[in-house]
Amino acid sequence: MVSRTEAPVDTYAVAMSQQTQYALLRAEAIQRWESLTNGEKPWVRVGYGASGQAAGADAVFEALRAFGPEGSDQINVSMVGAHGLMYLEPVVDVTVPGTNRVFHANVTPAMVPDIVAHYVDGRENHPLHESAYAYSGPADDYVSDLQNWDKLPANASQTKLLTANFGNIDPNDIFHYIANDGYSALNKAVLSMSSEEVLEEVKTSGLRGRGGAAFPTGLKWSFLAPSKAPVKYVLCNCEEGDPGAFNDKGILESDPHRLIEGLILNGFATNSTHGVVFIRQGHEIPIEATRNAIDQAYEHGLLGENILGSEFSFDMEVSLTGDSYVAGEETAMMEAIEGKRSTPRYKPPFPAQAGLFQKPTNINNVKTLSYVPDIVAAGGDEFKRIGTESSSGTALVCLTGHIKRPGMYEVAMGLTIRQVLEEIGGGVADGSERIKVLQTGGPLGGVMGEEAFDTEIDFDAMAKSGAILGSGGIIVGDESTDVVDLIRNLVAFNQFESCGKCFPCRLGNTHMLDVLDRMCKNEAKPGDMQLLETVGNNMKIGSLCGHGQLGYNPISSAINYFGDEFEKRFNGELEKSGPFGDGSMILPSRTRP
Amino acid sequence: MRERIRGALDAQTAGKDRAPSVTVLSSLLAVQDELHYIPDEAIEETAIFCDATINDVWSVASFYTNFRFTPPGLTTVDVCWGPTCHLMGAQKVLDAVQDELGVDSEETSADGKITLRYSTCLGACAQAPVIARDHVLSGQASPESARDYISNLQQELDNGIAH
Repeated sequence: MVSRTEAPVDTYAVAMSQQTQYALLRAEAIQRWESLTNGEKPWVRVGYGASGQAAGADAVFEALRAFGPEGSDQINVSMVGAHGLMYLEPVVDVTVPGTNRVFHANVTPAMVPDIVAHYVDGRENHPLHESAYAYSGPADDYVSDLQNWDKLPANASQTKLLTANFGNIDPNDIFHYIANDGYSALNKAVLSMSSEEVLEEVKTSGLRGRGGAAFPTGLKWSFLAPSKAPVKYVLCNCEEGDPGAFNDKGILESDPHRLIEGLILNGFATNSTHGVVFIRQGHEIPIEATRNAIDQAYEHGLLGENILGSEFSFDMEVSLTGDSYVAGEETAMMEAIEGKRSTPRYKPPFPAQAGLFQKPTNINNVKTLSYVPDIVAAGGDEFKRIGTESSSGTALVCLTGHIKRPGMYEVAMGLTIRQVLEEIGGGVADGSERIKVLQTGGPLGGVMGEEAFDTEIDFDAMAKSGAILGSGGIIVGDESTDVVDLIRNLVAFNQFESCGKCFPCRLGNTHMLDVLDRMCKNEAKPGDMQLLETVGNNMKIGSLCGHGQLGYNPISSAINYFGDEFEKRFNGELEKSGPFGDGSMILPSRTRP
Repeated sequence: MRERIRGALDAQTAGKDRAPSVTVLSSLLAVQDELHYIPDEAIEETAIFCDATINDVWSVASFYTNFRFTPPGLTTVDVCWGPTCHLMGAQKVLDAVQDELGVDSEETSADGKITLRYSTCLGACAQAPVIARDHVLSGQASPESARDYISNLQQELDNGIAH
């Protein structure tokens, strides 16, 4: 692999051949896109992904296929990614050429023939179907009773960068991505930029890592770029074991080519030769989408030798891990890709010196990399204008639990938590009175109480509140939530997932779980609160990776906001806790040997 | 048995334009995909295939919690106990599923048909509580709906139309 700056070539000839190659792809993509959006038949799209599947989208898609090209051929049907408004799933939307797009919510297979008939027979002959929920595009009489999709409260406060294509394109069709400007940043980079210039744009953008640590991305890349090693790796981390977060898998399910383009640009900017996308086994939808996208990228000259006719060559593959939360830690992840137990390594050496297979390596999160195409296409300055001074860009938030509108929403950094909960989430779920507690940043993150809801979504402001932004999961608990029981659940997860390498983490989590279990059963012993703190602090100083270092976070942040509740539990002043009212909880019995 | 194991190991690279990286972990995943568990023979064959020791292979197999060493039932049901599902009532769903299957932990029902697993997160938290059957997800479970889910599944398996 040689970057263009290191090997001057006939730039005009290269430029011509590259432009032609991308221009051809683009022309074909636009033609295909037009035939769907402005063709003869209505185009019906079904929102999918893990959440769509859980809501029953498979059966809806099957019912629609009977009317598609493989059936009666009255409509075109595509499975698209997640719309993000998951409370409306399964979502089916219909674009009638020459008019607008109508979204149907909470669709069941039984509704499908009726919905299709509405559009196939000419929609003027039918009243709106009962499931019609919103429209986009030009307003007309037919949709006069509907809300505008883009102005729905859950959509209006969003800033869609990563999610611009979500629910719009078929993730399994590379031409859908290209028709929506996909791979134009890669074309621009390999055609007219040096690797240094691409790296400079990423630095200018102020982009910080979205995996949890919020490290400046450009700086991380600059550690790897200067190395002259013949083999260098850039890795994409989609281990995403955080319960309550599904936005990494969301990107792979809904727009995998954006990540792939970002990872190729990461390779170009750092003069690297190989990319690996690391995903946990068992998550079939994102795994299949990513594998398929990589195959298509090879097929169309976007991966492999001389990408888009340039001098730049780059290979990519998917690597699967077994079930292990710690595999998401960057050095443990390299162990897993090498096929070993995913336990963290000692640092130094740092990955940029000796990483995967002892070669210089960079590791970035899915979201981080997926911003890069926009940054290269529009320039780092443009990106920097979105968000706050210290946290540029957006946050992809997963809102779940006792909230009216659970889903995956992209907001500019700087919005307050309260805005996200109320404007987008619609406030507490029906049947509940108020939001009592939030759990953010995954099981090693923290909890916050109502007094902190005016905190801005910003890496530093969130960290100051004691609850980190992390990977973007926000779990909402209503007034009935027993905080000690919730914390016990998080610590049980951390105990189950400790890799066991460092004993303060392996045994510490077990101790903490025992104490919390006693508290839930009103059997706390004198000194238990002190024991939690002592063990937690020992884990912080005695563990190699964040799993142990941050393991006390959920407890310390909970004591900070709900100290009185801990006090009462400790003193046995409350009813026994837990889902069964007797303090018990069902837990896995397996542990790592 | 050994034939099938070797076949699964070879299929990782055989006939592929771009051969993926083959490791002990990728090999064990390939075998489990084929057999749904890791028998002792697979540990040996993987060691030979990857030029590793039996200890190396066993250390990896015993570490990742998705690997199992006894044959599972015809179908595996996952119930999530992650924090979102927990808040939304997963423990009572889990209790109902266990009751319906007649098990009290991650076990296979006495008729050998359904294996229960506890999952830390199935990735569809917006539809919590989530349960799954062979990785196909189903959301907004309640103890009652979970009982129906299991009895429907049992009926399908009895009629021989599943798996």
